[in-house]
Amino acid sequence: MKTRVVLNVAPLPENAFGSRTLTWWGTIAFMSLEGMGFALAAGAYLYLRVLQPSWPMNIPPPDLLPGTLVTILLLISAVPNYFLEHWARAYDIGKVRIGVVVMTLLGIAPLVVRAFEFPALRERWDTDAYGSITWFLLGLHTTHLLTDVGDTIVLAVLLVTRHGEVPKRFTDVSDNAAYWYFVVLSWLPIYFVLYWLPRIG
Amino acid sequence: MSAAAERLRDTDIGEPELEARLVDIWKTPRGFFGWLSSVDHQQIALRYIVTAFFFMALAGIGAVLMRLQLATPDAHVLGPDRYDQLFTMHGSTMMFLFAVPIMEAFAVYLVPLMIGTRNVAFPRLNAFGFWLYLFGGLFLWCCFFSNNGPDVGWFSYTPLSLTQYNVGHRADFWAQMITYTEVSGLAVAVEIIVTTFKMRAPGMSLERIPIFVWGSLVTAFMILFAMPSVMVASTMLILDREVNTHFFDVALGGDNILFQHLFWFFGHPEVYFIFIPATAFVSSIIPTFARRPMFGQAAVVLSLIATAFLSFGLWVHHMFVTGLPRLGESFFTASSMAIAVPSGIQIFCWIATLWSGRPVFRTPLLFVLGFIFNFVIGGLTGVMVASVPIDTQVHDTYFVVAHFHYVLIGGSVFPLIAAVYYWFPKVSGRMLSETLGRWNFWIAFVGFNVAFFPMHILGLEGMPRRIYTYSADMPWGPLNFLSTVGAVIFALSFLLLLWNMIRSGLHGEAAGPNPWDGDTLEWATPSPPPPQNFTRIPVVTGAAPVWENREALPVIAGMSAGKREILVSTLTEAEPDVRETSPEPSIWPLFAAIAVGVTFLWSIYTPWAIVYGAIPIAVTLTGWFWPKNTTEDES
Repeated sequence: MKTRVVLNVAPLPENAFGSRTLTWWGTIAFMSLEGMGFALAAGAYLYLRVLQPSWPMNIPPPDLLPGTLVTILLLISAVPNYFLEHWARAYDIGKVRIGVVVMTLLGIAPLVVRAFEFPALRERWDTDAYGSITWFLLGLHTTHLLTDVGDTIVLAVLLVTRHGEVPKRFTDVSDNAAYWYFVVLSWLPIYFVLYWLPRIG
Repeated sequence: MSAAAERLRDTDIGEPELEARLVDIWKTPRGFFGWLSSVDHQQIALRYIVTAFFFMALAGIGAVLMRLQLATPDAHVLGPDRYDQLFTMHGSTMMFLFAVPIMEAFAVYLVPLMIGTRNVAFPRLNAFGFWLYLFGGLFLWCCFFSNNGPDVGWFSYTPLSLTQYNVGHRADFWAQMITYTEVSGLAVAVEIIVTTFKMRAPGMSLERIPIFVWGSLVTAFMILFAMPSVMVASTMLILDREVNTHFFDVALGGDNILFQHLFWFFGHPEVYFIFIPATAFVSSIIPTFARRPMFGQAAVVLSLIATAFLSFGLWVHHMFVTGLPRLGESFFTASSMAIAVPSGIQIFCWIATLWSGRPVFRTPLLFVLGFIFNFVIGGLTGVMVASVPIDTQVHDTYFVVAHFHYVLIGGSVFPLIAAVYYWFPKVSGRMLSETLGRWNFWIAFVGFNVAFFPMHILGLEGMPRRIYTYSADMPWGPLNFLSTVGAVIFALSFLLLLWNMIRSGLHGEAAGPNPWDGDTLEWATPSPPPPQNFTRIPVVTGAAPVWENREALPVIAGMSAGKREILVSTLTEAEPDVRETSPEPSIWPLFAAIAVGVTFLWSIYTPWAIVYGAIPIAVTLTGWFWPKNTTEDES
């Protein structure tokens, strides 16, 4: 088919951030489907809870301390995450390198406390349906924590190699920061369901 | 590549050189290793399509065997155990390994061409999804051929699928096949959404998006929100079976109806992620052969969206006989009937388009007309079984088998075959034989109706589903025999299609770029399309860009002629915004799929596989994302 040129796109930029990029939209799509997974798992928790005369079935509600600590740590991590995203958009390689190391540490810290959260549920997964669904919810979120921390570690290493100063790396850092917000925010309803619903009755 | 070559723009060189350079940049590397590394959406879509038809053939042969067993009373073609495995394999394969993947595969092939871009948004994810799907399907069929096929129905209800009723690993194989195929399906959904949102050619604002692309987009969103549900269900099932959780163990606080809710919250939308792309095929084909734009294009698009929303509100109609509260039954009856409204709107728009056009009755249109006839029957019985009293009577009978085959085959496979006839010339560069096509249609139409219409009557006569035989004193023999004759005829129609594809692929008439005079952008590029899809990205001026620009297609300039570059545009107006690089071929998606596949398989035998398997998965994913000194990675 014959063609005629009507537009020149040469002046357009070759790198961008946020909703102007494909990866940002891909990240949003993955957040949506994973968020749906969380919502369904929480729905299953509520479904099983409605069927029981008492909930938890035979034990007191989970110990609040480790879960609350994780919540506080995650909320605190949102602050440097905000700055890291900001520095990435400014192509400030020095601050970005420091920022991803800080975010790696702030990702590992809640994982360490998470190890104490499972015993704080007071029951194993194979005791009854309450144990099964609480371990399931906590396990689901832990998987997200682990994968994002892994991703952040790879980025931290990549940034100190010669590939680190390529503009696209800054977009990667920005998208990784956006995903971390999802890890933090998705925890809040799960924290409420796991720790406060059994107390509300 | 030299720095000067990297900076080369399409404005710096002439048309023939530009075309040669782009082909060189976008082509899949030579050799077996290159073939395994491909990230070309055309190639991966074709692999999906061939694999999906292969699985369909296996499941179809299974269906014919089941029909031969049921053709006469007290037959001995299959024993009860093999029959149980076969109907489970048939349903699971048709739904998870054929219907959903093939609809997604058509989207992977057509969406980039229809919106005027060069690849899908995440080409390596696309390759990864295909390999995982292939491994999942082969794994399931290997289990079947080693007499370990799942035997608990395509929905694997608990408690039947729990360890006390299902020893061994048969139900685990089903559950893990779900995981493989759902990861693959979700990957494609993400790609289609982002590709459609951000990679449309300049000027393709929302109202100018072709209906097929709308259908693919709506379906991708449905997959995004429905598939996690079956993944949660199948994961809980395998956890109950392997590590003694109690999600479905009533004695320890679990509940079997929970499994049904989770399954059907996915399962009902699943019907529509087979059906919506099919209607989108129809809405692409009808305007071409009616020689006029689609009547009520906006109404059709809104109907697709309405269908998608409503489809999430009717899953409980699959569970009417589980003893639900009356209020719930009434609500889901109403919503099940309501979904007939947007489907009805589409049917009226198709009829209006044909009525006011100048229809040319070529094979694709014949299959579309066959679809309308069959689907109306399936839709009518659908409205019948939406009513609780009727559903209670015919539940688990052949009436329901007839209903959903009319919906799924009549409503989806007929449009799919129409789509094969319609786009085969684009893919291969050759026309399918029209004579064989007409034979194909009539044999399929007659065979299908002879096979499935009698099942309505059998169901009303009380013949239950999933029985491997029946005694001679039941009045079901003659209609079952007739149904088997129809099934064999229907199967022959697929052999004829295969023969037509082979024969025409080798010796068919050359198609040229636009053999049907279609109006969407895939017809503005050669058949088969070059690896870059378009040498120059088109500019869209209306809803029918090819019909509106018959003299010369408006295009853009200023793209790179030295690396894989795509144009990112804005969400609603599709204004050009950023020039981004697109990933090069890579072997890592295959390695990652092997690592993930082995981990899933291993986890059937020990939960520690997830821990050990995480290591190769992390290594391969890092390899996938780590920059490789290419222009695309470093620019």
